[in-house]
Amino acid sequence: MFGAAEAAGAVEPGFLLENAYVVPLVMAASFVLTLAIGKRLGKHASWIGIVSIGFCFLFAVGVNVQWYGYVHDSEHAAESHAEDGEESHGDDTEDPAEDEDAARAEDPELPAGDEGALVVPAAEGAGPMVDGESASARGPPTVAAVAEEGEGGGEGHAEYTIEPVTKSVTWWTNGTVEFEVGMLLDGMAVMMLFVVTLISLLVHVFSTDYVAGDRRYTHYFAFLSLFSAAMLGFVMSQNTLQLITLWELVGVCSFALIGHWWEEKPNSDAALKAFLTNRVGDVGLLVGMIILFFAAGQTFDIIEINTLANTGDITHTALLVASLCLLAAVMSKSGQFILHTWLPDAMAGPTPVSALIHAATMVVAGVYMVARMYGVFWNGLVIGGSSINALAVVGGLTVLGGAGLAFVQSDIKKVLAYSTVSQLGYMVMALGVGAWTAALFHLFTHAFFKAGLFLGSGSVAHAVHSFDMKKDMGGMKQFMPKTFWTFVICTAALIGIFPFAGFWSKDEILAGASQLGGDGSYTAFLVVGSIGALMTAAYMTRCIYLTFFGEFRGAHHGEVSHGTEDHPVEEDHLAADSGHGDDLEAAHDPHAGDHGLPHESGPRILVPLYILAGLAIVAGFANIPNSGALSWWPEDFALVFEHLFEPRGGYFPSLTEAGPTGAVFAHPKFDIVIALSSTLLGLLGIGLAYAWYFKGLGPHGITQRNRLAGVGHRILVNKYYFDHLYTGIIAGGVKGPVARATNWFNKHILDGVVDGVGKGAVVGGRFVYETIDQKVVDGAVNGSGYAAEGGGQVFRIMQTGKVQQYGAILFAATVVLAGIFIVVI
Amino acid sequence: MDFIQDWGLTAMVFAPLAGVAIMMLFPKDADDTHKVLALLTSLVTAAIGIAVLADFDYDDTGSLQFLRDNEWINVINSRFILGIDGLSVPLIALTLLITPLVIAYSWNHFPEPHNPKAFLSLILVLHTGMLGTFVAQDLILFFVFFEVVLLPMYFMIGVWGGPERQYASIKFFLYTLFGSALMLLSFLALFFLTGGETFSMVELAERVQGMDIARTTQLIVFGGMFMGFAIKVPMFPFHTWLPDAHTQAPTQGSVILAAVLLKLGTYGFIRVALPILPEAAQSWAPWIGGLAVIGIIYGALGCLAQTDMKRLIAFSSVAHMGYTMLGISTLTDFGLNAAVFGMVAHGLITGMLFFIAGSVKERYHTLEIKRLGGLLVSAPRLGWILGFCTMASLGLPGLAGFWGEFPAILAAYQPAEGLPVELFRGYMVVAAIGTVLAAGYLLWLYQRTAFGTVKDEFVDDPNIHDVNGPEWIAWTPLLALILILGVYPNLLFKVSDGSIVNVASQIAAATGN
Amino acid sequence: MDDLMLNQFLLLSAILFSTGVYGVLAKRNAVIVLMSIELILNAVNINLVAFGAHNGTIAGSVFALFVIAVAAAEVGVGLAMVLVIYRNRKSVDLDEVAQMKG
Repeated sequence: MFGAAEAAGAVEPGFLLENAYVVPLVMAASFVLTLAIGKRLGKHASWIGIVSIGFCFLFAVGVNVQWYGYVHDSEHAAESHAEDGEESHGDDTEDPAEDEDAARAEDPELPAGDEGALVVPAAEGAGPMVDGESASARGPPTVAAVAEEGEGGGEGHAEYTIEPVTKSVTWWTNGTVEFEVGMLLDGMAVMMLFVVTLISLLVHVFSTDYVAGDRRYTHYFAFLSLFSAAMLGFVMSQNTLQLITLWELVGVCSFALIGHWWEEKPNSDAALKAFLTNRVGDVGLLVGMIILFFAAGQTFDIIEINTLANTGDITHTALLVASLCLLAAVMSKSGQFILHTWLPDAMAGPTPVSALIHAATMVVAGVYMVARMYGVFWNGLVIGGSSINALAVVGGLTVLGGAGLAFVQSDIKKVLAYSTVSQLGYMVMALGVGAWTAALFHLFTHAFFKAGLFLGSGSVAHAVHSFDMKKDMGGMKQFMPKTFWTFVICTAALIGIFPFAGFWSKDEILAGASQLGGDGSYTAFLVVGSIGALMTAAYMTRCIYLTFFGEFRGAHHGEVSHGTEDHPVEEDHLAADSGHGDDLEAAHDPHAGDHGLPHESGPRILVPLYILAGLAIVAGFANIPNSGALSWWPEDFALVFEHLFEPRGGYFPSLTEAGPTGAVFAHPKFDIVIALSSTLLGLLGIGLAYAWYFKGLGPHGITQRNRLAGVGHRILVNKYYFDHLYTGIIAGGVKGPVARATNWFNKHILDGVVDGVGKGAVVGGRFVYETIDQKVVDGAVNGSGYAAEGGGQVFRIMQTGKVQQYGAILFAATVVLAGIFIVVI
Repeated sequence: MDFIQDWGLTAMVFAPLAGVAIMMLFPKDADDTHKVLALLTSLVTAAIGIAVLADFDYDDTGSLQFLRDNEWINVINSRFILGIDGLSVPLIALTLLITPLVIAYSWNHFPEPHNPKAFLSLILVLHTGMLGTFVAQDLILFFVFFEVVLLPMYFMIGVWGGPERQYASIKFFLYTLFGSALMLLSFLALFFLTGGETFSMVELAERVQGMDIARTTQLIVFGGMFMGFAIKVPMFPFHTWLPDAHTQAPTQGSVILAAVLLKLGTYGFIRVALPILPEAAQSWAPWIGGLAVIGIIYGALGCLAQTDMKRLIAFSSVAHMGYTMLGISTLTDFGLNAAVFGMVAHGLITGMLFFIAGSVKERYHTLEIKRLGGLLVSAPRLGWILGFCTMASLGLPGLAGFWGEFPAILAAYQPAEGLPVELFRGYMVVAAIGTVLAAGYLLWLYQRTAFGTVKDEFVDDPNIHDVNGPEWIAWTPLLALILILGVYPNLLFKVSDGSIVNVASQIAAATGN
Repeated sequence: MDDLMLNQFLLLSAILFSTGVYGVLAKRNAVIVLMSIELILNAVNINLVAFGAHNGTIAGSVFALFVIAVAAAEVGVGLAMVLVIYRNRKSVDLDEVAQMKG
């Protein structure tokens, strides 16, 4: 459809960009290879995965670099084209708006780029940015410029389109239509390539230590590879069907990795729960994508669907229904309220997996999907023009619901899991209020600091062989200072302390909530987000306090302690693993012989932590706004993230032109009040938690004394009773009474009918045989014999041999016949 | 015209019978001879088949190729017409693949009371019947082949089956025969309604269009065919023979039953019922679709209640064939293509699952789910394969099962012109919910059989070993195909598409309002 | 010959026929039965001749001649049989000749 060359117009994407599809293929090959020969390699099996993901990471970095050049070139070309436009307008006085209409009328199916080829007579505005050198050069037809003052966008850049780099082959055929599979590389995909490969690489390295000696070491790395392949393929999906496919594949890897230690039932239960919950959402995904498929005139192509949504060629009803269906999928995959319940349970998997899948990459698939199909959501939910919509409501609920639950967890990973739920809520909420870039930026920063937190918790657990903060941790600061400091940095980023990464991204979301939207704007979500920030600060302080401060409450080494929650398992493996005493293990793991106090982890665990902590500090600088109080910030370093990764083209809501819903996509500006207040709220949260936990201030024990507080606490401990509803009532009901009733129906009614017919046939047969066959039919046969005999006896009497008698009969008969003859004739 | 063009199909169909004839010459106790002979026969058949399929013109899948039209039964104007198009090719390929694999699997998995001669002969006779059904282009010939498969299967279940084989085999036989009888009536009705001159499917379809047959008559005639095919599929509520037959049948029988025999029904719908009586099909479609989605949910719920692994898999067939029938009931090219893909995918996947069930039974001597467990510990490869197949069976994208389900669901959103759109959209949602249930019962099965630890009674059982040679030989092609077709479905869609488009446009033309 | 005359012949013939039938069925003496048969045949002859005359053809007379000839032969054979029976049984009572009784 859109060949790479055509899509690029005159701007040539680099070699790496055009061939980025090899990245997931390499990881898929790594999966196969690890499975095939991993067993033979033993503990070196991880090298296959590490080398592959390392290669992919380098590739992704290269792709990002080339993408930078590509964006630059596109902008450049746009500017030069604007120059062209100026010249042509000099010759031709026709109203350019008509040109545009004509172009659209000519080919309504024009793909993204052409749709964006708007030529607006703003040559004055274009003037300063025109590069005279290339003005006379190529005037690419697909890359056009709208030079405008940048009031809508607020950043003063020219409006230009960045053609996604696409490549595809035929996947399947139906009728005369051929459906394709391929890659679609635009800003967000490029960004995700970087994030996924980086986190995955770090997790690979971390895992070589963490799961060393595990009995399914190769399987573990094989699935890490497959997961990376699926996720990388997912972010580059060219069409919705491919999106569905890889979405599910990601889910399967999650299933396999959550259930990694499947010998214990809670683990396999958690795996099943994750998969089934995701399947529930997938119903929405399937239905939503099908609706879009038909609404867009039988195409799966993402760009085409989004473009048609933006031009208003798809009815609003279809978009609304489709986006609500897709929302269900987002809720399940990205752990949004009320389908979030699987995510905390998924902590049953090994910790690096939790970091990779359940914090940094897979769970953001839902967020990414919304971002990917933003044209649909934007127009379907009227994001730009309303002050409340389903996406934002779900996100807002999740922010608060998840944060609330994080307070009552005693398992460190569950705190982080609920924190993930809550942060995903931020992203979805941001998408819901129209702050697309903020959402993706938060996704970007969150990936680093949350992975850092998870790996940090893994590092701690590796030392104490438990995840229970209340029982087995405390005072860890003295044993593992390096882990502690990385953990603190990542926490600061999560809370949103200036200048850590989370500050910038969360602030942008809050600014979006206050500035975007219709007349009333999404103020309610600003409040939700602020309260969320407070809660985040408080529960993370609690978490740090319980883990790193106070007295070490750890059980004596080697004694396995179970969490109070339903997470009794992973520590067993940790304990068992370190006891394996294989050479590698012993080399770096001094405690193998020395069963003393916990100790700092080895380099393969710490280095990833350092890197992630470093990113947690600097990642936020990728998108520093230069508006509001920060307008002094040099433009070249401002909003780099937005500049690079935000799509520009007809498949994305336009910055200048109102779409069918009448709203214009906009960027929030930096607002010093919000920034300050959210920081203050964060500090307040820290302060409150500090007072409560460190100093023991406040009404402790209120849950016992006050009924209302007690009820609240109980609701939180029981996770709002959602698990009871899902597992107990719905799942239990379906596989219990309902299934049994069906089976009973099958056995007794349907089969009863069949058997009844069978038995009836047998009884009938017997009746037929005994009564009819034996008596009637056979009777008839026999009867005819008897009748013949009897008749014979009768006629025998007549046979007198007397001729005269015969003659008399003959005569009588003749007379009768003659009589009949006469009468009849 | 060479031999393959003229006689390839005939040779392929009757080669297994020739093999049976040769096997008859050897005494009963020459086990190995029989095994070799049977395998050779199936391979020769496959070779002829491959020669035919290689010669097949894949750019013209819409028209009948390798046509063979001979006199046969002149009294009733029935002719010996063979021919294949894109609809037959996938199913023939499936049959040609499954039979040798089943025979290879039989090598050391003989069910009691042994007797390879009889057992393998029956499989070969079945082979002829199945191939014949897929190539016959004359209703009477079709019917004959359709019925030929009944008897060997009856004996396989009845002689080599489980403890309740008598009941199961008789139920299977009578139930299907009952449907066939109604189907035959419909065939005869068609024959007489169109002037009593031909049984050729193609000609009948043309004649029915040319004539003005009363609507009610058409509906009734279609109803007869529906009964015949629906019982074979089987559709809810005519499915109850299936769990019994599957559960009691020997592994080989279950595999063939699941992989090929069930497809005779759906194939019949697409090959016979829809093209010949498109208008009646349109009137019946909402009902068929309704039964199909009931079957999807019902089969899934039935699965959840099963305690026996094999019976569970059998029930899952009801649900899966529901998707196929839903695809057919939409009367669109999407739906019909999905149905063809679904047939092949279900054949591969459920065939595989039955193979696994058979192997589990051989090792554990039970299929009771609660006694199993820890398969991944005691036989890791077997456990992995089971996992792979459950994933495929629950319709995971990227594996074959998905391509039978998704386009069917897709098609239900926009069924053919003239069908009630809202109703079918309701069906779509129900069918989509069915995928959740499918994941539920399959993963629950997997959790209970493969995860966890080995139950005490089997901990040191020397009988429990991992996948062995014949099993690898029999399974590898199936597993590979599940993956290949899943990743690159066009291999199959491209083949079936031509003839499916023909059928769909025939229907559209006939019902074109 | 007109219709009136024909009727009279037919009447005569019917009387003769009836007499003959009565004789055949009722009389037990074989000779009388034979004579009665002769009466029946002659009643037929009268009919034949009468119709022949009525229609103006000789076909009736020709048939009558045939019948007379056949009747003579029949009487000949019949009387011979009666003679043989009489010789064997010393009786010509038909009731006693019941060998055909089944």
